[in-house]
Amino acid sequence: MSDNVGKPIPRYDGVGHVSGTTTYVDDVQLPGMLYMKVLRSPVHKGVIHQLDVSPAEKMPGVAGAVTAKNVPGLNAYGMGGDQPVFSPGPIRYKGEVIAAVAAVDEDTAMEALDQIQLDIEEETPVFDPFEAMKEGAPLVRPEGNVFKFNSGMTRKVRLGDVEAGFKEADFIIKGTYTNGVNDHAPMETQASVAYIDATDRLAIHTCSQDLYFHLGMLSAIFGLPMNKIRYIGGTVGGGFGSKNDLHCDHIAGVMALKIRKPVKYRLTRQEETLFTTKRGAWTFQFKDGVKKDGRIVARQIKTIHDSGAYNAMGNYVVDKNAILIAGPFAIPNIWIDGICVFTNKPPSSSQRGFGIINGTSAEQLQMNRIAEVIGMDPWEIRFINAWREGDLGATQFKVVAAGLIEAMQKAAALAGIELPAHLKTMSSQRR
Amino acid sequence: MKKRGIGISCNIHPAGLKGGGDPSQAQIRLKPDGTFDLLNGAVDIGQGCKTILRQLASDELGIPLEAITHNNFDTDIGPMCTGTFASRVTFMDGNAVIRAARDLKAKIKTFAAAQLGVEPDRLELADNTVFIKDDPKKAMSMGDLGRAANWGGEFLVGIGAYIPGPMQDFDAETGKMTAIASLAFGACVAEVEVDTETGEVNVLKLVQAFDVGKAINPLLCKGQINGGSMMGISFALTENQLPYYPDMDFASDNLGDYVLTTSADMPGEMISGLVEIPHPNGPRGAKGFGEMTASASPPAILSAIHDAIGVWITDYPATPERILKALEAKKTKK
Amino acid sequence: MKYRLSFILNNNLEEVLVKPTETLLDVLREKLNVKSPKRGCDTGDCGVCTILLNGEPIRACLTIALTVEGKDVKTVESFISKDGKLHPLQRAFHEHGATQCGFCTPGMLISAKALLDKNSSPSRDDIVEAVSGNICRCGCYYEIVEAVQAVAGGGKKEG
Repeated sequence: MSDNVGKPIPRYDGVGHVSGTTTYVDDVQLPGMLYMKVLRSPVHKGVIHQLDVSPAEKMPGVAGAVTAKNVPGLNAYGMGGDQPVFSPGPIRYKGEVIAAVAAVDEDTAMEALDQIQLDIEEETPVFDPFEAMKEGAPLVRPEGNVFKFNSGMTRKVRLGDVEAGFKEADFIIKGTYTNGVNDHAPMETQASVAYIDATDRLAIHTCSQDLYFHLGMLSAIFGLPMNKIRYIGGTVGGGFGSKNDLHCDHIAGVMALKIRKPVKYRLTRQEETLFTTKRGAWTFQFKDGVKKDGRIVARQIKTIHDSGAYNAMGNYVVDKNAILIAGPFAIPNIWIDGICVFTNKPPSSSQRGFGIINGTSAEQLQMNRIAEVIGMDPWEIRFINAWREGDLGATQFKVVAAGLIEAMQKAAALAGIELPAHLKTMSSQRR
Repeated sequence: MKKRGIGISCNIHPAGLKGGGDPSQAQIRLKPDGTFDLLNGAVDIGQGCKTILRQLASDELGIPLEAITHNNFDTDIGPMCTGTFASRVTFMDGNAVIRAARDLKAKIKTFAAAQLGVEPDRLELADNTVFIKDDPKKAMSMGDLGRAANWGGEFLVGIGAYIPGPMQDFDAETGKMTAIASLAFGACVAEVEVDTETGEVNVLKLVQAFDVGKAINPLLCKGQINGGSMMGISFALTENQLPYYPDMDFASDNLGDYVLTTSADMPGEMISGLVEIPHPNGPRGAKGFGEMTASASPPAILSAIHDAIGVWITDYPATPERILKALEAKKTKK
Repeated sequence: MKYRLSFILNNNLEEVLVKPTETLLDVLREKLNVKSPKRGCDTGDCGVCTILLNGEPIRACLTIALTVEGKDVKTVESFISKDGKLHPLQRAFHEHGATQCGFCTPGMLISAKALLDKNSSPSRDDIVEAVSGNICRCGCYYEIVEAVQAVAGGGKKEG
């Protein structure tokens, strides 16, 4: 064996990065390449009565226009499989893609969009997930505004008996915490170049973070087997989760398959910030039962996640959050209800920390507030409750290679904080 | 008035897709001159997987790092990887690469054994050679091996695949879900200064430690910690694409309104350290850790704000507007 | 209607036909095939399009191409020496881990070079200020400042 592992070795593509020779999708320029722009819904919610792209197609400099009719395979993608490539209506969020044109340059493409005949009847949207959950709220999607898990209208986690836990507690401490809507904001905006290659296959230059995850979706959208799509990528100018969802490849591919010319479709920063998937908002409601000695004996949590208009990864993140939101603590009685709500907003999807950053943001504030209420040092309350090796988490997974105590000890030492002796000698290997 | 405060937090992160069932693959082949190509489907989004996967492969094969490439350019070349998300690539692709390297190592030994006239189990690979363990002078350089194998009609390729476990669903009644490939741990101490007239918060110091199982590349680990911290600071203090949530009014549509950190927002002191409590299933013990470096600081920062000014901001981000409103409310309550 | 634009690009005379509405970024990337300046926002907020115009770091996305008539434009493509060696700043960025996804890196290098061309012994604060108009979402600021300090020979600390 050599010993490269453990060494601070500069990155493989570092020379390319510092030379400016690393190629990103927008650097790809092909002979005869056309530029695409998309027609987006101007309303948050509505019904399309008429869509006619033929005036745009007839314009000089325009090579083609596509709508839902032109999707060769399945007009649907996303983990929930419910978002159309082009919406034929009803519209569920402002900015939703309805049609696309390809032209000699972006200015001509923008003018062509203006020629498209779109007759759309606006309806009343719902933005507030708490309103969306109510009886009689505008329907965001036909299945209802709240996702139905295999456990019912919430993701249920039930460990032990929280009511018994609350009864034996010395303190009951409640807290409500919220997260706003975040954008990934990678420096490289979404872009795609699609063309028919010399082997008569569809080739797509992509900034996807997940070549095979998306290849499967694209295969269904284009009605092509996987080996008839050459999905080119591997080096991305920042992802943070934004490129776990399709934003351009499916649209560019549909156009390239129709007109058999190379096309580039890239988002402006404005489109990126307004219309790509977001880290949707959360509300967390905690009720904890805590003993005088600092042990948390019962934790009840309700989570409400605003998944936006489609199920890009909505129920997935509520699930993921539910696994770990009770924190890295050995709490015997845990009750979690995770709710995934749909509203008329751009879909929520994965962003760095996906569900965990959100849970941490809440439960760690809750821990510090507990420490304040019971008059305990915030380090102490964490050490006392911290997982040890072999403990069971809220969903009954076993903690393997536990290291919370050691990480806290190291952080305290680096910060010059002298922990009391009994905390300094604690270990993940014993309670 | 400027007030200072300190706050702490700890955090965790799981590697892999929720519920498991997310495989990755790797293929390593020996070229006619004894260099190697690693074919892998993982996408590098800046985290540096092209680098660490080669580090893992080169150690297994006993070759210098420069002797192996990483190729993920398209789906014709790169075998299946579920994706670069969920802090999974080091763990899943790392394990796939180790398996591919060991598969190739066994094939190299079998071929070299015939060349050297010994049983394969008497051979070892190190220093870019294959040699007899108890008679190291009897060796073949990787170059000679590559030539002999390829021009001799042999194609020495190693393949490996790794899945942490089959996909699991939650139990409908209890929510039982045990599929977690690895858990990494972190802790953060934040010191802030709050300007009580403007509501602005300056993060003065961030001290963090992460248990990563095994730091395959400490330079890249540090990059994740320092880089993630800058994202954590803006998550805590400024990022809100819908400032009047749930209303859509004034939705940010540019990077002037959607405020990200710049170099000027770096804490004066950024200190970090790594702990290594190896995971039994991780590649060389490594745990997935790329996402969590953005998650540790936000609650520490908001707790530090509370320590500084005596109000709990419980809505992220803790914008100047929210801080000033909270201070005002505190004054009125008195 | 297109107009002839003539300017010095990376030490060579360039002549190209451009529309009055085209930005320098459009012309560099799409007409002249110079790809190191990136397109990140087109509104001057992010800095990935930063290039040197007569030695000053400016946003190519906010610069109307025709206004650089007769001027000197330099991008990262000019950093490599005639014998193919990386510029010390490029080498330092690489060695210090000051680049992750790489998208902001050319703009950062330009801002750093503009500083060092004017001030060969900047303080840490000078360096932080010089790159504070370049957003790095991967968050490499610490390593970037370290890299520039290393090239500047350590630099002096403020105060």
